[in-house]
Amino acid sequence: MFGWLEKNPFFFAVGVFVVIAFAGLIEIVPDFAQASRPVVGTKPYSVLELAGRQVYIKDSCNACHSQLIRPFKSETDRYGMYSLSGEYAYDRPFLWGSKRTGPDLHRVGNYRTSDWHANHMWDPTSVVPGSIMPAYKHMFTNVTDLETAYAEALTVKKVFNVPYDTDIDGDGKIDVPLGSYEEAKERALKYAMKIAQETKREDLVNMVKEGKIPEIVALIAYLNRLK
Amino acid sequence: MQNPAIEYDYTVAKWFSYLAILFGILGMGVGVLIAFQLAFPELNYIFGQYSLFSRLRPIHTNVVAYGFTLSGIWATWYYIGQRVLKVSLKESPFLNGLAKVHFWLYFITALLAVVSLLFRVTTSKEYAQFEWPLDILVVIIWVIWGIGIFGLIGLRREKTLYISMWYFIATFLGVAMLYLFNNMAVPTYLVTGMGDPLHSVSMYAGSNDALVQWWFGHNAVAFVFTVPIIAMIYYFLPKESGQPVYSYKLSLLSFWGLMFVYLWAGGHHLIYSTVPDWMQTMGSIFSVILILPSWGSALNMLLTMKGEWGQLKDSPLIKFMVLASTFYMLSTLEGPIQSIKSVNALAHFTDWIPGHVHDGTLGWVGFMIIAAIMHMAPRFFKREIYSKKLLEAQFWLQTTGIVLYFSSMWIAGITQGMMWRAVDQYGNLAYSFIDTVTVLHPYYTLRAIGGLMYFIGLFMWAYNFYKTMTAARQIEKEPQFASPMAA
Repeated sequence: MFGWLEKNPFFFAVGVFVVIAFAGLIEIVPDFAQASRPVVGTKPYSVLELAGRQVYIKDSCNACHSQLIRPFKSETDRYGMYSLSGEYAYDRPFLWGSKRTGPDLHRVGNYRTSDWHANHMWDPTSVVPGSIMPAYKHMFTNVTDLETAYAEALTVKKVFNVPYDTDIDGDGKIDVPLGSYEEAKERALKYAMKIAQETKREDLVNMVKEGKIPEIVALIAYLNRLK
Repeated sequence: MQNPAIEYDYTVAKWFSYLAILFGILGMGVGVLIAFQLAFPELNYIFGQYSLFSRLRPIHTNVVAYGFTLSGIWATWYYIGQRVLKVSLKESPFLNGLAKVHFWLYFITALLAVVSLLFRVTTSKEYAQFEWPLDILVVIIWVIWGIGIFGLIGLRREKTLYISMWYFIATFLGVAMLYLFNNMAVPTYLVTGMGDPLHSVSMYAGSNDALVQWWFGHNAVAFVFTVPIIAMIYYFLPKESGQPVYSYKLSLLSFWGLMFVYLWAGGHHLIYSTVPDWMQTMGSIFSVILILPSWGSALNMLLTMKGEWGQLKDSPLIKFMVLASTFYMLSTLEGPIQSIKSVNALAHFTDWIPGHVHDGTLGWVGFMIIAAIMHMAPRFFKREIYSKKLLEAQFWLQTTGIVLYFSSMWIAGITQGMMWRAVDQYGNLAYSFIDTVTVLHPYYTLRAIGGLMYFIGLFMWAYNFYKTMTAARQIEKEPQFASPMAA
């Protein structure tokens, strides 16, 4: 049979394809529906948080930080409750990472504050002596691309039915409003002002006053949301 | 039918060889820099934000995997393909033109990819960072290569496909399937008409995205770093040594075994994650089974040298290839060990993983591509290899570099893993995270030095290749087996 296949390239190629596609079909397809179901309480990201998530991605924070707490005591002691599949239901893409050059960040919002993050990203060794993480000073001057973040939120709402503008928990209130871009921008600015003030940095507050959100503010909004 | 000697066309094979050398130096140069950054963080700022570790790390992985390795794969494809199918590219102006389009489109895409990563355009998925317009270019390049492969097969004089062809076909099909599915994304601008036109959002969310990504990620390793490299060694080792492949049956078993088993093993990247347990277990078990086909190929190659081990002493090219198979065996034993759940609990997220990756890529992929290109050089240019001594020196320098690299990463990884879980007498965590970082400084330094040695070896290779092309003694006809070398 193999000798015959080797003389008939078309059937050889079909054979190879069937053999390699087989595993994917069995491993991946059956679990698709279940794994994407959110756990109770998980809500979509607000536009500012999403913008911060995009900054996290742009600067490849996931090259050194994981967002996956494994179910071991040593990990839950260090980082908090182990991660659940449904908590990632609105993560596109997932950001588990594959290397902990730095610590896990899946619940960093529970134990770090806005001003800690601002100090840390400006000069990591000022808060963690011996840190080998570089400073990310460009995030303090770059202006967040809120439009792209809004575009992403609107896209996942339209295409994947992510529940923006919806009463998710049934308490009669909309949980994560999206609305028009103008509405979303106004909301993001308000939220950004709160975080800028928490960082206790005047330059950040002034930028937000001018209607420009520094990338660092959006990033902190995202990191605070990781709980 | 007895043919007069076919005159093969090596133009595109040569171009891809130049590119492999160029991308090898670029990609591994960045690798050396980021390795030193981990030991000496001040090095993060030498080009402002453009030299931050997190910016450069994806450039390193992509340039090495899709620049150096793919160029090496295509350099050898445009050489081996014609020869094992007994048809010259000269016979088909269409396929010959297509090969050139393949090269240039690939070159342009590769440059765009590097620039886009430098300017923060990334999807964040490892080894699949390119945004959707680049993905489309990649697909076009891949289709062009596919037409090239099957076009040449259509014109072949040798009816039976040689082993190397099996692996090239598998590379083409495997990467096509994996790349397409993993990069499925919705461009946000097309849906909403606003924001950055380059931005897209993944079709899959959370655990599903992770599952698809590591099904891709692991098997990108399979179909870029393993399968086509086996295609090379099945051709170049028998050619260089003048020995027939040891066993046809073993090559059959290894090929079909590898095809069937490899894809399942992706789950070992997700052990103790939130994907279903049975999938993690399957990933673990199949990773262990994967030793069989992997060692099958490697042993088949080593046994090909049976009775001819003297060549190992005499020829640096044989050294490179034999050690490549040996590193392949080391790497394919180490990987399954790391896939065992209890070992993975310790090893995952630590430096042992990059250590494992690098004994495979530097030792197996790098050595094989270096040997392949140096074997082809006398055939390309009708000249001897410029310097055997230099090639020998390169071999020993790079081998030492690899050993330093993986041994320091073993120690670093296991130290880190043990410290993360260490508890004091009351059961509290014994170390804060930063303790587990600062302790690694000596190992990070050693690793960077090991990488630097390998990197210096690349310049020796480039110089030797260049001199072979321009200044080495000319030979009258193409050597049949062992490549001629000047002392």
